[in-house]
Amino acid sequence: MMNRYWVQRLGFTLLSLISLAVVAPILVVIGIIVVKGLGAISWEFITAMPFDGMKQGGIFPALVGTLLLTLGTALVAIPIGVGGTIYLAEYARDTWVTRCIRLAIVNLSGIPSIVYGLFGLGMFVLFLRMGTSILAGALTLAIMTLPVIISTAEEALRAVPTEFRTVSASLGGTRWQGIRYIILPQALPGIITGIILGLLRAAGETAPILFTVAAFFLPRLPQSPFDPTMALPYHLYVISTQVPGMPLQIQHGTALVLLALVLSMNLVATIIRSYFRRRRQW
Amino acid sequence: MVDPKIHIEKVSYAYGENWILRDVTLDIAPNSVTVFFGPSGGGKTSLLRLINRLNDLVEGTRMKGRILLDGQDIYSSETHVPSLRRRVGMVFALPLPLPGTVRENVLYGLKLAGVRDRSRLDEILERSLSQAALWDEVKDRLDDLAAALSGGQQQRLCIARSLALEPDVLLLDEPTSGLDPISTRKVEDSLFALKQHYTVIIVPHSIQQAGRIADQAAFFLMGELVEYAPGTELFTLPREKRTEDYVTGRFG
Repeated sequence: MMNRYWVQRLGFTLLSLISLAVVAPILVVIGIIVVKGLGAISWEFITAMPFDGMKQGGIFPALVGTLLLTLGTALVAIPIGVGGTIYLAEYARDTWVTRCIRLAIVNLSGIPSIVYGLFGLGMFVLFLRMGTSILAGALTLAIMTLPVIISTAEEALRAVPTEFRTVSASLGGTRWQGIRYIILPQALPGIITGIILGLLRAAGETAPILFTVAAFFLPRLPQSPFDPTMALPYHLYVISTQVPGMPLQIQHGTALVLLALVLSMNLVATIIRSYFRRRRQW
Repeated sequence: MVDPKIHIEKVSYAYGENWILRDVTLDIAPNSVTVFFGPSGGGKTSLLRLINRLNDLVEGTRMKGRILLDGQDIYSSETHVPSLRRRVGMVFALPLPLPGTVRENVLYGLKLAGVRDRSRLDEILERSLSQAALWDEVKDRLDDLAAALSGGQQQRLCIARSLALEPDVLLLDEPTSGLDPISTRKVEDSLFALKQHYTVIIVPHSIQQAGRIADQAAFFLMGELVEYAPGTELFTLPREKRTEDYVTGRFG
């Protein structure tokens, strides 16, 4: 009797240690970056151009670059992703063509990001002659983001009970009216979460922008979508490995800004999700 | 005899290789209550859903035969399906309020049809809720969520939602199966009131209910229409042995 009790105690202790082991590295990483980087954060660090071989000044162009890239990615990926998902989940019949499309989407999400980067270089920068530009970078990031958006959005659409579609049709609704007035509003929180998670990944990636848009050092803001720009993840890579004598504090400060950006987007996604979950009506 | 409201002619219907209805022919009189009854799997619900083409939404089905509504073939290529469904309303076995308020639920079909006139909408809102015997209970809660109503109220809300479109025909698929006896009574009462203006076809959830409300009754067994007669006849003096066995409870 006692024996069984202790086995259970042991099991629970082991399991909670394992789950702690999952969280611990994240907390440690965040902790180190916050402690070591906080000293570098100032108004100037956020809003000033870098100078003196990036050893002084701020990260303003990289921050703006990342925001612009994320915006560009959103502009391309959201309409295509959401539109495509609505077609796949609500209109397309189950044929071998749609099965191939689904298979392609699943496989796209497994492709290493450097491959996207090289594809972007070949396709957008060279073949379509966009040069290293925000446009080429945003398109590359968008392709990488699409599978995330499509798979979460499709799940959100499928989670809406079929009966709502039938009821809407029985009241003289066209398929589109049912989607527009019932299905989309119900699936929206799930779709938004997927969009934010996808963009979040795009904002933090280095490899896809390496050859398509990122500038090593460019102490001015881009003037058009055809300009290259600095970007936070690549800037972090550069100052961490390519510039000798870089003050550690600046590296940690840059990492902290990138982390804060990504985590705050994540927080927004979580808030949206829980807000709508409380309002769900079925 | 008056022209039938609905003429069903040699209708067969299959899901995959499985024939759900076989060669069904019957006429449905206007302004009456017609009951489709029989054991489950008999094809009643499928026939109901063929009359407003809701089965179009299901993949992998085939249909043969014709269904005429006021003499018009509803499966002809000229039929505008949303308009057909506005003329032929449907109430489902489970109350299925849409997300949103009581008011939004009742007026959903009209919104889709593009009706914007506020005073007309308010008038229809009150009239259809009254017809469904729900107005007195919800007139102060029109902007509450429909999901907050009781099951019986939700089902009457669904009836009101169909009535708001002023259909010619109202199809009801076991509309009281999820309801308690008092709510059932209220729904049945509102059905009686409706038949002056509408052609009602209902799949009842019990033989007792079928007997209470039927002007005409059709007995379905395994996809076949066994007998179709006035309710008073069919439930007291069935001509077919199989009908008699089912009505008297020898199988079912």
